[in-house]
Amino acid sequence: MLCDICGKNPATVHLTEIIDEQMNELHLCEDCARDKSAAMEQQFGLSDLLAGMANFQKPSIEKEEAVIAKCPSCGLTYADFKKIGRLGCGECYNVFRKYLAPLLKRIHGSNQHIGKTPSKIKTASRVYKRKTGLQELKNQLLEAIQREAFEEAARLRDIIKEIESKNKGKEG
Amino acid sequence: MQINDLLNHTSEWLKGTGPNSDIVISSRIRLARNLNKIPFPHWANKAQLDEVVDKVGQAMANVDLLKKSTLFELANLDSIDKQFLVERHLMSIEHTQKTEHKAVLVGEEEITAVMINEEDHLRIQLMQSGFNLFEAWNIINAVDDDLAKLLDYAFLADFGYLTACPTNTGTGMRGSVMLHLPALVMSRQIERVLAAIAKLSFTTRGLYGEGTQASGNFFQISNQVSLGHSENEIIENINGLIRQIIEQETQAREIMLSKSKEVLEDRINRSLGILKSARIITSQETIELLSMIRLGSDIGMIKDIDRRIINELFITTQPAHLQKLENKKLSSQERDLKRAELIRRKLNLL
Repeated sequence: MLCDICGKNPATVHLTEIIDEQMNELHLCEDCARDKSAAMEQQFGLSDLLAGMANFQKPSIEKEEAVIAKCPSCGLTYADFKKIGRLGCGECYNVFRKYLAPLLKRIHGSNQHIGKTPSKIKTASRVYKRKTGLQELKNQLLEAIQREAFEEAARLRDIIKEIESKNKGKEG
Repeated sequence: MQINDLLNHTSEWLKGTGPNSDIVISSRIRLARNLNKIPFPHWANKAQLDEVVDKVGQAMANVDLLKKSTLFELANLDSIDKQFLVERHLMSIEHTQKTEHKAVLVGEEEITAVMINEEDHLRIQLMQSGFNLFEAWNIINAVDDDLAKLLDYAFLADFGYLTACPTNTGTGMRGSVMLHLPALVMSRQIERVLAAIAKLSFTTRGLYGEGTQASGNFFQISNQVSLGHSENEIIENINGLIRQIIEQETQAREIMLSKSKEVLEDRINRSLGILKSARIITSQETIELLSMIRLGSDIGMIKDIDRRIINELFITTQPAHLQKLENKKLSSQERDLKRAELIRRKLNLL
């Protein structure tokens, strides 16, 4: 596979961009990835994002790979899910998020929960917002992208953006 | 509490009280919940399933609203007991299959019931008489809050409560209302109503939930969508639909009363006559005839029979209930005899 930008060198970096909830997959050579990294750094202020991506040589999941993707927690594969119509455990929702998000949208007309939240998680997320530093959020974003949890990544990206703009406001 | 103790009680939802109880039999809310880090029941091993029963059982013993409940392990129940619980709407037909490591918790007055290790680790249900979804929601919401303090639920901020089947993800909530719509059925308007309901992404089921046929003019209507709306919005949507159906049934009843009162009177009284005199009767015929006398009672044509007695007969004439009452196994022919006897006794006030 050749690089999506220069079309000359073989693509060794596989990147997923989320812009306005739209997901794009980019397959880049190392040079173009470095340029892209600089551009994204400006955009998100995430210096380590692409470095992390480059070290993480995971190929993008093609359709056949979706079938063999496996939940590390319970061992259910996406093929199992397609056969039995049931997920294996809660973690499956994170692992197969990429495929489940559009599926949930087809079933329910939405994939964003707005109902109640268990009290324990409410407390946990308050702590998370208060204690989690910017760097930690960036690490979480990177980690989310690595496990292809794109919607979570988009949410983290928005939180980071918000904090950074607030910080800028304070500085100014 | 033993299973047999339930025989002498009327379930809350059969009391025949509550708003619009001339048309709405009962309102029910069920919440699907799963424990974090344990595979869903169909994918879990025996040790994990037992862990769920233990954890949930312990948590429930510490929730005030569930303290007076009784936990039944399904492996300890015989087939009549299991069928008996299904007939009382305390658990699903699915829960009677492969009963190892499954349990059901039955609350006081049978208002709450929790199935453990059905399709999800927990299926919590709350029943109310009449058209009363918000009341049901308020109670079940409190039970769920208390349980959530003691159990780690599988939950993600964006997808909500995680369930074995993605059709339940989000709120994990299904609200259902059981309606008695004889006038819409008799005036052949029901097909039109059901088609409209299906278009609005609601489901119609029979008396016993998923996969059962509507019979005796009873229809259970519930939401299909569980994600992207709050619990209150979902209930408000169901309520809006139910209010319209109630209005249509009321109109259909009024038209029948003004245009063909004699025909209606004839049908209702013939039904009562058969029920009071029959010596052999099937459960299907019983439901159809009881439906007519329930209508008679609702529109004031039958005055001397308490609605509660009619409601109870819907349940006590079912196969497992008859066998529990007789305290022995009965063949289908024996049941038809005993059923007729029970109905005669109740309706003739013998």
